[in-house]
Amino acid sequence: MSRLGNLGARLYQGEVGYDFVGKRKVWYGVSILITITAIVALAVQGLNMGIEFKGGAVFTTPKADVSVSQATEVAEEISDHIPIVQELGTGGLRIQISGVDTAEADRVQAELAKALNIEAASINADLVGPSWGEQIANKAWTGLGVFMLLVVIYLAIAFEWRMAVAALVALIHDITITVGIYALVGFEVTVGTVIGLLTILGYSLYDTVVVFDSLKEGQKDITKQTRFTYSEIANRSINSTLVRSINTTVVALLPVAGLLFIGGGFLGAGMLNDISLSLFVGLAAGAYSSIFIATPLVADLKERDPQMKALKKRVLAKRAAAEARGEAGEDQQGEAPDDAVPDGAAPAGAVVGPRGRGRGRPSGRR
Amino acid sequence: MAAPNRGRRPAGAQGKPGRALALILIAMVALTGGMFWAGQLTPRLGIDLAGGTTITLEAKNQPGQENAVNETNMNTAVGIIERRVNGLGVSEAEVQTQGNSHIIVNIPKGTNSEQAREQVGTTAQLFFRPVLTVAAGGPAAPEPSPSASAGGAPKDDKDKETATPPSGSPSGTPSPSATTQGRAVTEGLKAPAATPSPSASTSGSPKASESPKPGESPVPTPSADPATAALEKQFTTLDCTDDKVRGTLGDNVKPTEPAVACGKNGAGEWEKYILGPAEVNGKDVDDAKGQLDQQRGMWIVTMDFTEAGAKKFQKITSRLSQQQPPMNQFAIVLDGEVVSAPQVNQTLSASAEITGNFDQDSAQNLGNILSYGALPLSFEEDSVTTVTAALGGEQLKAGLIAGAIGLALVIIYLVVYYRGLSLIALLSLAVSAILTYTIMTLLGPAIGFALNLPAVCGAIVAIGITADSFIVYFERIRDEIREGRTLRPAVERAWPRARRTVLVSDFVSFLAAAVLFVVTVGKVQGFAFTLGLTTLLDVVVVFFFTKPVMTLMARRKFFASGHPWSGLDPKRLGAKPPLRRSRRTTAPTTDPKEA
Repeated sequence: MSRLGNLGARLYQGEVGYDFVGKRKVWYGVSILITITAIVALAVQGLNMGIEFKGGAVFTTPKADVSVSQATEVAEEISDHIPIVQELGTGGLRIQISGVDTAEADRVQAELAKALNIEAASINADLVGPSWGEQIANKAWTGLGVFMLLVVIYLAIAFEWRMAVAALVALIHDITITVGIYALVGFEVTVGTVIGLLTILGYSLYDTVVVFDSLKEGQKDITKQTRFTYSEIANRSINSTLVRSINTTVVALLPVAGLLFIGGGFLGAGMLNDISLSLFVGLAAGAYSSIFIATPLVADLKERDPQMKALKKRVLAKRAAAEARGEAGEDQQGEAPDDAVPDGAAPAGAVVGPRGRGRGRPSGRR
Repeated sequence: MAAPNRGRRPAGAQGKPGRALALILIAMVALTGGMFWAGQLTPRLGIDLAGGTTITLEAKNQPGQENAVNETNMNTAVGIIERRVNGLGVSEAEVQTQGNSHIIVNIPKGTNSEQAREQVGTTAQLFFRPVLTVAAGGPAAPEPSPSASAGGAPKDDKDKETATPPSGSPSGTPSPSATTQGRAVTEGLKAPAATPSPSASTSGSPKASESPKPGESPVPTPSADPATAALEKQFTTLDCTDDKVRGTLGDNVKPTEPAVACGKNGAGEWEKYILGPAEVNGKDVDDAKGQLDQQRGMWIVTMDFTEAGAKKFQKITSRLSQQQPPMNQFAIVLDGEVVSAPQVNQTLSASAEITGNFDQDSAQNLGNILSYGALPLSFEEDSVTTVTAALGGEQLKAGLIAGAIGLALVIIYLVVYYRGLSLIALLSLAVSAILTYTIMTLLGPAIGFALNLPAVCGAIVAIGITADSFIVYFERIRDEIREGRTLRPAVERAWPRARRTVLVSDFVSFLAAAVLFVVTVGKVQGFAFTLGLTTLLDVVVVFFFTKPVMTLMARRKFFASGHPWSGLDPKRLGAKPPLRRSRRTTAPTTDPKEA
């Protein structure tokens, strides 16, 4: 753990770090590749929509002395539809029959109970009309739309439009990936999945917002200095919040993993499992995108700003001059800004550029 | 330079941590006290955890009545369904609107959910239509021509229902009517439906003398038959004993046109009808109830009409009373199904009663239908979820275990990573948990909040969000220490920034929850609610608990000196000694002030 603690320190000091912004093209490429895969999977395979979206009935029985295949036969005979029967961790059965309307389902339930020799009252029934899932999906889309709009407005006010755009791209990226994974693996999409997916919205942005917050702080008075370009500052923001990002993701994933384990292992299937599965996938995607996509994207957009262009020119010019002056002045320069910058948490070294590394080495040895 | 200021800030805030802590302590005690006061020590459990049935209904406009799905009508519908469901003796059944066009009905376990579903489902359109033809409801009536005596043949007089003026007031003089009634009752034993009530009303009704006749002999009706050929064809092939056929029969039937319909007679056999256009609708019924007529010792249904309804009813009854059976009947049609088709023997107006072969259930049921089935809305079952108490308990258990595992994992991670600091995180989590629990419990009686499975999921997921706020703050403090600050100023300096980050990110999270809550229905809403609640509580806890406790802890030697197990060891955090040493030359001026 101490090594991790140290890593945190070194990340913060800028001694170690990964050049997220510099290597952004690679990660953009990776993301585009994943996104394309996701879209293709979605188009080719489509989503495995659960009963809740198709309409039908799900019966959950208590422990019964019937095998899955027997139950399948019986259920098919009764309902005239092909059922999906799963055995649950409790020994009970989960029988899904699509295409049964709510009125007919009563009869199916009664006959099923008789055939399986269990009490009708002990069967759990989930009957869904054909339009219900569509409505939930429609509402979810509306929710998604409204949320995105509000968030973009909020971020544009609290931060700036570039960050809002970048956050939105990251958000769409996360959702596409999650949906794509569902299409690829063929996980069943239920209301729980939709809930999970919608929660990712909040979470994914939560992560992004924290990085942006640090970036906003870092870019304060950026035009008044000539040591770093915007991209470098952005990169350091990511690195300095990296430990927090990792911690957050781990802490968020742990309870979700607990849910997944219990939902899958204990109950076999159901709401717990569905929510946690989509959350798990989405959270992972969210952590990735806030680091690899959102912030580099902001940097990309920001670098197009004439002010930032000018800054970059100044910084590069100064660096060239410093290089010309030679190595001599470097150490001093490295120390000086630490005290010069009034804000204590501000620049303590950059990841990019020879200076940062040069400065990091000696202190790292101690 | 700015150090003196910074140094003083914690001193100034020294009174605050205590105050904030006291505040949150009071809140906790108050909430817990409120819990005991309300006598509610556990959160109300939703249907999926406690067992029961949840029905989600979607309101649909009737053909020709667009814009009927509006708030007023929805609220009326909720009222109607509520009364109906609770009329079944279901206690604590819950009916609420959700979104614009959904109604959720929660029926706790232990009640006959099927009966309840029927009641809930039949909140629908009510019309009074004149009967044109009646036949046995079988698939192929032996003689399906409209003129068939089928209408009368399979039926007993017994099963006829009759509409009459209320007998209450006229029979106020028991002795005169007793003579007529005496005979009527004996007759009534044979034909309780048709005869007793008309004769009971003898004293009041001028037409009473006519009344026994129609009931006595159902004369085959030569069909005066205004029904179109298509209708007749439909009628001939109609099989009322088939559930599916009946289910779709009432769809898309316009009240202004004649229609075929099915209905059960008093003996519980299906009959089919051809009905004329609706003349009175459910809205015209002011009130109706099934009640026991003490004098006659039988169950009857009384109806009162509104002013407009009375006129319409007078018109239809004055016409019908002149007709031969079966065309002297009007059908009470609910959702395309004939629930009752009483004969009319005389002109009736503002109030009337229906007598017949009723028992308590059927009389009250008809009364309910008459008085509450008067909405311009029809409902479709979107989903029906029945959860047995056993599965509910299992799901609750699974949720709790999942929560415990998740919490344990988070705690282990925090302890390993943050060591001593994790104590503060754990205390904060505990405070957050207590607040969440008590508030959820109190929201049960207050706004009908019920903890369902998605809500439990939301709470578990929220562990992460809550813990994250501490992580943000702790990482900030560590950053400050890495800058070479001692703990106390670090704690104070880290706060404003951590605070902003926490607020911004919590705001986004809350926004997501709020949007979800407003826009979605059903299960998603429960989840969104918990998420929103816990996000708010997270802010409260961080502001009023974590920060003050951190301030207090910073005074303790264990933390302040950066004990290796405190999680704030400057060496471990990589606050470089040379940095501190190099500062030490200038430090003496700042350090004392800070301390």
